Amino acid sequence: MNRSHVLFELAWILPSIAIPTGMLVALLVTAFGMGIHVPGHAGRVDPRTLEQTPPFNAPGITQVAPGRYQAVILVKTWSFTPNEIRVPVGSEVTFIASSQDVIHGFRIHGTNVNMMIIPGQISRATARFTRPGEYLFVCHEYCGTGHHLMSGKVIVQG
Amino acid sequence: MFAQEDRLSGAYLGIAIAALAVGGLMGLFQALDHAGLSVYADIYPWIRSYYHGLTIHGVLLVLVWTTFFICGFLTFITTRAYNRPLASSRLSLGAFWVMVVGLLLAAWPLLTNDATVMFTFYPPLNAHPAFYIGLTLVVVGTWLVTLNLVLTYRAWRAEHPGERTPLAAFMALVTFVMWTIASLGVAVEMLFLTIPMSLGLLGTTDPLLARTLFWFTGHPIVYFWLLPAYVSWYTLVPRQAGGRLFSDPMARTAFILFLLLSTPVGLHHQFTDPGISPNWKLVHAFVTFAVFFPSLLTFFNVVASLEDAGRARGGTGCLGWIMRLPWGDPSVVAQLLAMILFAFGGISGLVNASYEVNLAVHNTAWVVGHFHLTVGAAVTLTYMGVTYWLVPLLSGRRLWSRLLAQVQPWLWFVGMAIFSNALHRLGLLDMPRRTQIGLALYVLPEWKEILPLVAVGGVIMFVSGVIYVLNIALTALRAPAQAAAPVEFATAVAGPDQSSALLDRWRPWLAVAAIFVVIAYGPVLVDLLVNTPLNVPAKRVW
Repeated sequence: MNRSHVLFELAWILPSIAIPTGMLVALLVTAFGMGIHVPGHAGRVDPRTLEQTPPFNAPGITQVAPGRYQAVILVKTWSFTPNEIRVPVGSEVTFIASSQDVIHGFRIHGTNVNMMIIPGQISRATARFTRPGEYLFVCHEYCGTGHHLMSGKVIVQG
Repeated sequence: MFAQEDRLSGAYLGIAIAALAVGGLMGLFQALDHAGLSVYADIYPWIRSYYHGLTIHGVLLVLVWTTFFICGFLTFITTRAYNRPLASSRLSLGAFWVMVVGLLLAAWPLLTNDATVMFTFYPPLNAHPAFYIGLTLVVVGTWLVTLNLVLTYRAWRAEHPGERTPLAAFMALVTFVMWTIASLGVAVEMLFLTIPMSLGLLGTTDPLLARTLFWFTGHPIVYFWLLPAYVSWYTLVPRQAGGRLFSDPMARTAFILFLLLSTPVGLHHQFTDPGISPNWKLVHAFVTFAVFFPSLLTFFNVVASLEDAGRARGGTGCLGWIMRLPWGDPSVVAQLLAMILFAFGGISGLVNASYEVNLAVHNTAWVVGHFHLTVGAAVTLTYMGVTYWLVPLLSGRRLWSRLLAQVQPWLWFVGMAIFSNALHRLGLLDMPRRTQIGLALYVLPEWKEILPLVAVGGVIMFVSGVIYVLNIALTALRAPAQAAAPVEFATAVAGPDQSSALLDRWRPWLAVAAIFVVIAYGPVLVDLLVNTPLNVPAKRVW
């Protein structure tokens, strides 16, 4: 192997290490600097008694502090309860959801809320709604023949 | 000399291509549905629903087309690279029949709508037991192939102490060993969760545990599909294009890195899952970026080899050599186009792997666009290119139509470019994946203008697929005979003599691979196992 061959390889290898490393640093800065978090542990729940277990025995939106809300969503084939959530503009809403049967998904259009809803687990994510309007949310995991019927909306009132 | 191996390779390829044909037809229906042209009422009761067809599409294309092709192709490559038959012909036959029986068992409930659970079969979705048992047998068959490749390597090694393993045989072995390690996750899921659940022995299950075991296998399985394509890009394409492999040691290094890093990455499919610590998700994100490195090495090495070919054919200048590559050779052009699409698939894959950025795309149509560029283009188009070279060799006949084989990869390329671009854009607009959009009531106006492009791309790919399947079938059965050419692998500019003997040792690398897996998965799986209440009832929802 001659010298130019080695230099040629190094000229590729070093940027191949540097570029992904730089991208990782950018990810860490945005995740921890801007506080964009992925879901994690939020507790377990028995899906067989979900409808009787707080907070899922009373799904809906409640104000927990000025400008801060908690939306509890009961998920099952093929509906979200509630499927319409109204909050004033500027609200910070924490979504707490769990499934009564199979795996579902939950994605609110135009926000960072994207989580799997897995029976036996509680899912939690928070979003701040700074602009009025209707935000579609859908189930994004196959959950049977009626999967495409599962949707709802967050209505942010100005 | 290799009559039995070659008959088996031909049989594997035949099954793979039949799966491609049926799976591809389902894909056409799905693409049309995106444009509001639903055929599901017309094909009832053969196909009971969009989701029935979608499950057939996924299982046949990502599990059957790939796995059967790989077993046929890498068996062939191994015999030619060592220039010796496989160690055990009974084991070869045994592996093949275990896989065929498994496939038939799984296909029956799949086709009768008793296993409409997608190729990911997430519990508590509960399919017919034959589906899980059949797929498990297919995996067991691949383990028998691994065993045979290991025995063949040892027999060769006994006669060639101290020699570097032939590159193509080394790569085939790494591919199967990596897969065997990776498949342990899904094997445990099948044996302890899904099979007992479907048989009624376990009435309840733990979906998160099952999902985590599934993705233990579910990400490295993409390297199981991809590495055979790399085997062709490294050891066959340079020679077919008229050049040499740029660096043999660099190629071996890349494959060892795949052996070490392919498995401890699966949590990047579960960034949005509850019940798993974000810290471990971040660890898997790091390793996913690390496994990008051997793909970058491959990109460099393969392009440098192509440049060697282009210059050997009289190409000059910075980019002039590209035009001199044999774009008229069906096998080469298919693989060049596969490489181009793979560059884009790799980039969109990095977005998926990017921890919090994944929140913008997880489970949207973006992901569908991504894996059609990878398994549907980089892998599938390469496999198609390989068969344009391999099927004439196996059948002793020339290509039925060289012209159609020259046009077909371009059609796939154009169709896939339109299709995957549309899906990536729809994903950024939050359109969900695995959803019969044609019947959804919530379609946003900004999706509507892009949706027809999914059908346009899908139809072009379907036409390409029909041309491919017919051309290969006629090549195998009807084309005029031609004398078999010897199989020759690419020689290297920097050859195997310059690669470290360490790259030919197995125990240290296997130990490191095991340590990585234990570190990345040990605490996560122990946490899930120890705390599992196993309290989720099995359910059929289709």
